[in-house]
Formats: sequence, structure tokens, C-alpha cells
Amino acid sequence: MIIKILAFGIAKEIFGGSSIDFALENEVTTVDLKAALEERYPSLAELSSYLLAVNNEYAAPDLTIGAKDEVAIIPPVSGG
Amino acid sequence: MIDILLTSQTLNITGCADAVMSPQSGGIDLFIGTVRDATKGKTVLRLEFEAYEPMAKSEMNKIALQAMEKWPLHKVLIHHRIGVLEVGEVPVIIAVSAAHRAAAFDACRFIIDTLKLTVPIWKKEIFEDGEVWVAAHP
Repeated sequence: MIIKILAFGIAKEIFGGSSIDFALENEVTTVDLKAALEERYPSLAELSSYLLAVNNEYAAPDLTIGAKDEVAIIPPVSGG
Repeated sequence: MIDILLTSQTLNITGCADAVMSPQSGGIDLFIGTVRDATKGKTVLRLEFEAYEPMAKSEMNKIALQAMEKWPLHKVLIHHRIGVLEVGEVPVIIAVSAAHRAAAFDACRFIIDTLKLTVPIWKKEIFEDGEVWVAAHP
């Protein structure tokens, strides 16, 4: 299963682009996906914090994420 | 009435105030965020804003709805700019109208404070000797 993950702000620099295609064997929860991402991109763990958004909503830790979902990395926001 | 805008165009301050006026309203509270020329003693040349646009608009709308549930407001406006902004330019305007000033003041503050916590918009500060995504690292 390939999940497309959108990146913004500092996450774009960590990914080296505005999105990545991330390969997974099965559906995952938010927590599992964060762990898998941090394994491949250790710099994510150095951020103050970051959340995942799924289909334009902040994702709860136990949410199951599948290939059809729009996933985005939300590093610490700083609007205003 | 809720008026949400995310744009790369210059924000219109008087237009925002006009947009929330109504005959029932006795007060309008307007918050105007501006680009400051320094942060922690370092000269800032400009800011660059980017947004996860569909989610940012959705989160801005949620904040407006929450404000309308908490206070008796007539109109709520949240406009935010993206792109490159020079010192003195306006990245954000919040405008709120209500029958009485207390609700307008409180709601306006709630909206800007919550926007800064939840809306997926990011700013990069550009200095003479480098650049940094604000709040990214501890």
C-alpha cells in the first residue's frame, strides 16, 4: 500500500519536497505511521511537535489510515 | 454571517470593518496583525507564509463557529494572507461585530489566539544571515 503524504513548512525541507509516497504493508494507525515516518526521517523527531491530518482534520492517535486517505504532516503552526 | 478568506492579495482593512457592520451592532472589534521588523533582537527582512489551504479554511471556519456559539455575535470575519510579506504589511485581520463591546472584544481575542494554535499556516522569518520556520524547533 502506498500512502501519499503532503508536507508543509519545515516538513517540506525534511522530506525534500512537498509530498512523498510512503510504502506500508498494511493499514496503520496515526501513532504507527508517525513511528514509521520518524524511522525514515529522524529529523521529524527533533521538531517541537507535529501532528498528522487525515482528510483535512487533525487525526486522533488511534485513527486507521488507508491508501485512499489524504494525509498531511502538520509541523508546529505559526499563522497570524 | 461568517466571512473566511485565505489569499495572496493585500488585505483590505476598511473593507473588513465594513463587512461586519450591521444596524444591530453597537460595536466592532478589529484585530490587525502586522509584520514586525525584528524578533528576539534580530532584524527581520520579510516573512513567507504558506498554508494547507483546504484544511486552513476549514479550521478558520470552525473557530468562527465556536466564537458564534460562545458569544452573541452578529458577524465574524477572518482573513489571512499567504506568500511573501514585507515589514509593515498585514498577514491577518479578524473583525467581529456584536450588540455590545464585551462580546466583540472577547471573541476577537479568542479567534486570533485559537488561530495561532490550530490553523495550518506556517511562517518563515527571513533574516540577513539566514531563515527559520517559526516554532518548528524547541
